Amino acid sequence: MTKNFNAIEFQDVSLAFGDRVVLNRVSLQVRYGESKIVMGGSGTGKSTLLRLVLGLLKPDSGRILVDGEDVTDYNEEQMMTVRSKIGMVFQEGALFDSLPVYDNVAYRLREQKVPESTIESVVMRMLRFVDLEDAVEKMPNELSGGMRRRVGIARALVGNPKIILYDEPTAGLDPITARTICELALKLRDLEEVSSIFVTHRLQDMEVLANEYVIRDDAGNLIFEHEGDRLCLINTKFIMLKDGDIIFSGTDEEMRLEDNPYIRKFLA
Amino acid sequence: MDEKTDTQTGRLHLMNLITQIIIQVQELTLLIWRVVRGLTRRPRYWGETIRQMDNLGFGSLVIILLTGTFTGMVLALNSANTLQKFGVQSVTGQLVTTSLIRELGPVLTCLMLAGRVGSGIAAELGSMLVSEQIDAMRALGTDPIKKLVTPRILALVATAPALTVICDFVGVLGGLLISITLLHQPASVYLASAREAVDYNEIIGGLIKPTVFGFVIACIGCYKGLSTTGGTVGVGRSTTQSVVASSIMVIAVDFLLSKLIISLLLEP
Repeated sequence: MTKNFNAIEFQDVSLAFGDRVVLNRVSLQVRYGESKIVMGGSGTGKSTLLRLVLGLLKPDSGRILVDGEDVTDYNEEQMMTVRSKIGMVFQEGALFDSLPVYDNVAYRLREQKVPESTIESVVMRMLRFVDLEDAVEKMPNELSGGMRRRVGIARALVGNPKIILYDEPTAGLDPITARTICELALKLRDLEEVSSIFVTHRLQDMEVLANEYVIRDDAGNLIFEHEGDRLCLINTKFIMLKDGDIIFSGTDEEMRLEDNPYIRKFLA
Repeated sequence: MDEKTDTQTGRLHLMNLITQIIIQVQELTLLIWRVVRGLTRRPRYWGETIRQMDNLGFGSLVIILLTGTFTGMVLALNSANTLQKFGVQSVTGQLVTTSLIRELGPVLTCLMLAGRVGSGIAAELGSMLVSEQIDAMRALGTDPIKKLVTPRILALVATAPALTVICDFVGVLGGLLISITLLHQPASVYLASAREAVDYNEIIGGLIKPTVFGFVIACIGCYKGLSTTGGTVGVGRSTTQSVVASSIMVIAVDFLLSKLIISLLLEP
């Protein structure tokens, strides 16, 4: 029996909405502990990729494997089990409008009938992780865009999923807040060894995720360092999508050396 | 030549319309099937059902009280004039009560519910869909049909008959008020006549209708909400379509049910 190294695997996956081909025989692998940064313009199938992993959409052809399990033909009930291994951060947070921050973060645990005392400690730990302990009683409409995304991340982290999917979590945010979101992604990648797909079209995100890492010193403090002589990041790879095709797959250094006019234009 | 092209275009539009209707009926049937199937499986959201009964049912009480009262008053006023010509003004109570229990109570109550509740359901679910809250729910391991649709259908099926009974009751009281104040008829005459109109079969018939109407309104509201496309504009469109479709269906189903109830319960 061959050992499975992939948290997520796409094998020749195609999907079309009517005449419009969204993904065309896409194959990719996300290894355990790896972050795959998916880049590309609007409408190139980036978010569709994440929806396919979660089973919110089904491919027209090809196979999708999550944690070594072929989930392509799973029905909604079977997907519920698979989804418990995955956390999803939606573009605008997708928080439940009618619930305060606490209940939003506690949602998954409440559905699993976890005792309230356990829920409270988990929720507070997650909110501390995203630095939003003070917003616990606020309603989603009282939060800023960045705070909503951070609550979305806290909610996605409940249940300690080993796979996290980020759907443009920094879109429309100011550089400082976007940096905070990227730092959260770094913490999850480097300290929790979470596998992830990070969809973005912002070069600033790419710079942070490809060149920085986080470590914890002896005193327990978090230190963000730049990739350099001391360490070379191998747990972050890039994919560039264009019109449903993968036109690049590799490291950021390789991407910068690409001659493809679309990639050159994207990186300019 | 132009005439021929116009005819062909007309046929094409008709075919498109028919196809659309068939697809919508198919999708609605599928939704109902998933609700019915979900009733036999865990988890069941009884707490949510009670909340919806309070929100959809109790929340509609004021408009139902007003509708019932004024309908009873108008019925008494109009019918008394006609009945006076034949010298049988004493049966005003019977006419008001029969009209309310058989027809006006169920239909007017449910038309009000279609306007207030059907539109509310479509708008709420539509907003949740376009803001990705439904996807977030699925990603967090909850079946939106069980969590959102089933409680709303159960709530409306349970509360529509109860509201109809209240509408009938206040309608009869409204008629009594007019009989005493404007028609100068003794209350005892009106009430004795009203009591003659009430028998078991009439009451059963009057309860079957709102139960079915409640089911129809909730199903259409949920279906329209969950099939919303096109952002916030789409939410408005779904809301309007929900009210129009449920109102028409209430009147159409009323005809079929009336025929059935008369044949089975009321014919000697």
